[in-house]
Amino acid sequence: MSWPEFGIIAFRVVVTFVLLLVVTVINVWAERKILADMQSRIGPSRAGPWGILQTVADGLKLFFKESVIPRKVELGMYLLAPFLAIIPAFLIFMMVPWGKPFMIGDHEVALQGADLNIGLLFILAMSSMAVYGVVLAGWSSGSKYPLLGAVRATAQAISYEAAMGLAMVAVVVFTATQGEGGTLSMAEIVERQTGTWGDISPVLSFVPRWNLFPQFAAFAIFLVAIVAETNRAPFDLVEAEQELVGGFHTEYSGMRFAMFFLAEYVNIFSMSAIAATLFLGGWAGPTFEGSLPGLISGSLPTIYFLIKTYAIVFIFFWLRATLPRLRYDQLMTLGWKRLIPAALTWLVISTVAIGFRQFGAPWS
Amino acid sequence: MGVIREFIKGLRVTGGTMLRTITGEELVTTEYPKEMRQKPPRFHGRHVLNRYPDGMEKCIGCELCAGVCPAKCIFVRGMDNDPENPTSPGERFGFVYEINMLRCIFCALCVEACPTEAITMTHLFEMSTTNREDAIYTRETLLMDEKGGVPHMFPDDELADMDELAVADGWVKATAPSGMTSYQGVKMWQGTPGPGDWDPEPGQSELDARSPTEDDDG
Ligand code: SF4
Ligand code: SF4
Repeated sequence: MSWPEFGIIAFRVVVTFVLLLVVTVINVWAERKILADMQSRIGPSRAGPWGILQTVADGLKLFFKESVIPRKVELGMYLLAPFLAIIPAFLIFMMVPWGKPFMIGDHEVALQGADLNIGLLFILAMSSMAVYGVVLAGWSSGSKYPLLGAVRATAQAISYEAAMGLAMVAVVVFTATQGEGGTLSMAEIVERQTGTWGDISPVLSFVPRWNLFPQFAAFAIFLVAIVAETNRAPFDLVEAEQELVGGFHTEYSGMRFAMFFLAEYVNIFSMSAIAATLFLGGWAGPTFEGSLPGLISGSLPTIYFLIKTYAIVFIFFWLRATLPRLRYDQLMTLGWKRLIPAALTWLVISTVAIGFRQFGAPWS
Repeated sequence: MGVIREFIKGLRVTGGTMLRTITGEELVTTEYPKEMRQKPPRFHGRHVLNRYPDGMEKCIGCELCAGVCPAKCIFVRGMDNDPENPTSPGERFGFVYEINMLRCIFCALCVEACPTEAITMTHLFEMSTTNREDAIYTRETLLMDEKGGVPHMFPDDELADMDELAVADGWVKATAPSGMTSYQGVKMWQGTPGPGDWDPEPGQSELDARSPTEDDDG
């Protein structure tokens, strides 16, 4: 590997990482502010303009607090768990392309942590890994509430991962018809959503070529599944304050707690980014190249990406402000009896429809 | 599909509230120290020991307040008045008077018990201290001076609002000394520092009140 290539890779990883940290800090603040607005309150308003530095202040506070280690913990696992929660959260976002690739000299710089050709599988793998952080945290704490939270986390993650994966499969099958062969690479999936549906009918030439339109049902299923996957309200049984104190992180304090907290918000953002990438075309959008200065048209895709992602992040906050927590059996019913059958049905319908379009009806 | 309709209804409630809050229409909280709210007239705040208009102390050291206090946080010791130079119009006066504000629950039972309306409450509630000793208010801090001013524990604090000490809590004015409910809202006396008279609170009316000579013995 030559030096410029190494430099580009280092740049990609560092910038992606920093971007993720910055948006997470903003997300925590935005959630508090939006929840406050939805509850007729003011919300954080002290640190910085509109309280935007509140997260930084809280982070510093947590950093300098004592990290209490209860006596009955399984020490190794207890110390490892926060890392198991946070590392997959960061790795997931590394797969997401957050801007249009540009050229420096004759090297292409992709604005993405890493472009794996099995990107989607990697995402599924990592989001399953993240459950280990929660489960081990709950188990190693040696206390009943964390353990209950961990048990719930296991069941919930398994149930909703299936629906999430099936919704992804529908997208992958559909994407395969949009270009040369199938692909699991996130960058390629975005590429295939650039442009409009104009080639189907001139009426649609102003409708962006997002997977959302043909795959709307998969999008709905995916949205529900990612809310459950990130353990957010109304699926936050894992850390249900009213029942389980703090759930799996009850026994954590200081910086170790902050890592779980950070992981939760990183996950919200990465999952929203994935939803935006798979269904809303990621960074795809009109860049007006030529008529705008290069810097602006170069950064427009990133702005589109952020707008799309934040639209989904906002749905997370909105749901949290609106819905009460599901009962456990309702959670399981929704997962197994509604979402998974719905996802399977949709997969069959969309595959059959794609087959007809590709190969014609079998009897003709 | 009913579920989905209800779900959208819920989203509309929160979404609508958000829009109305952003425009300031439905905002119910304030940025507290910057913007203080008008407290309700019957607010139970810090205590004050009153004086008669001639400067005599009202407290006669009877310890009824200490006896009734559910938190047992008042400590009173009476002392005989010097006949030449009395401190209070009665036989005795409150020589030691302490309230432990860390234990006080601001129930105003002491105010209710006091036979001479010596102890009343004000609208001051910013009383946090960095030290437990400071939470024990003594006679010096509680007693108003001869002109009716009330000492503040932390007069230099940025939150200190001297006006709040001059507002008497509404209980004294809302209930007649006889305790008859028919006198609620009738201003029988004004035993506290505090400017002016107040209107009856909602639900209370001076017109409803009967005169004390009627057949009501409480
Ligand atoms: S307000 Fe209640 S608790 Fe406080 S001193 Fe008076 S009687 Fe005691
Ligand atoms: S404040 Fe009132 S009740 Fe308490 S000792 Fe003085 S006169 Fe008696």
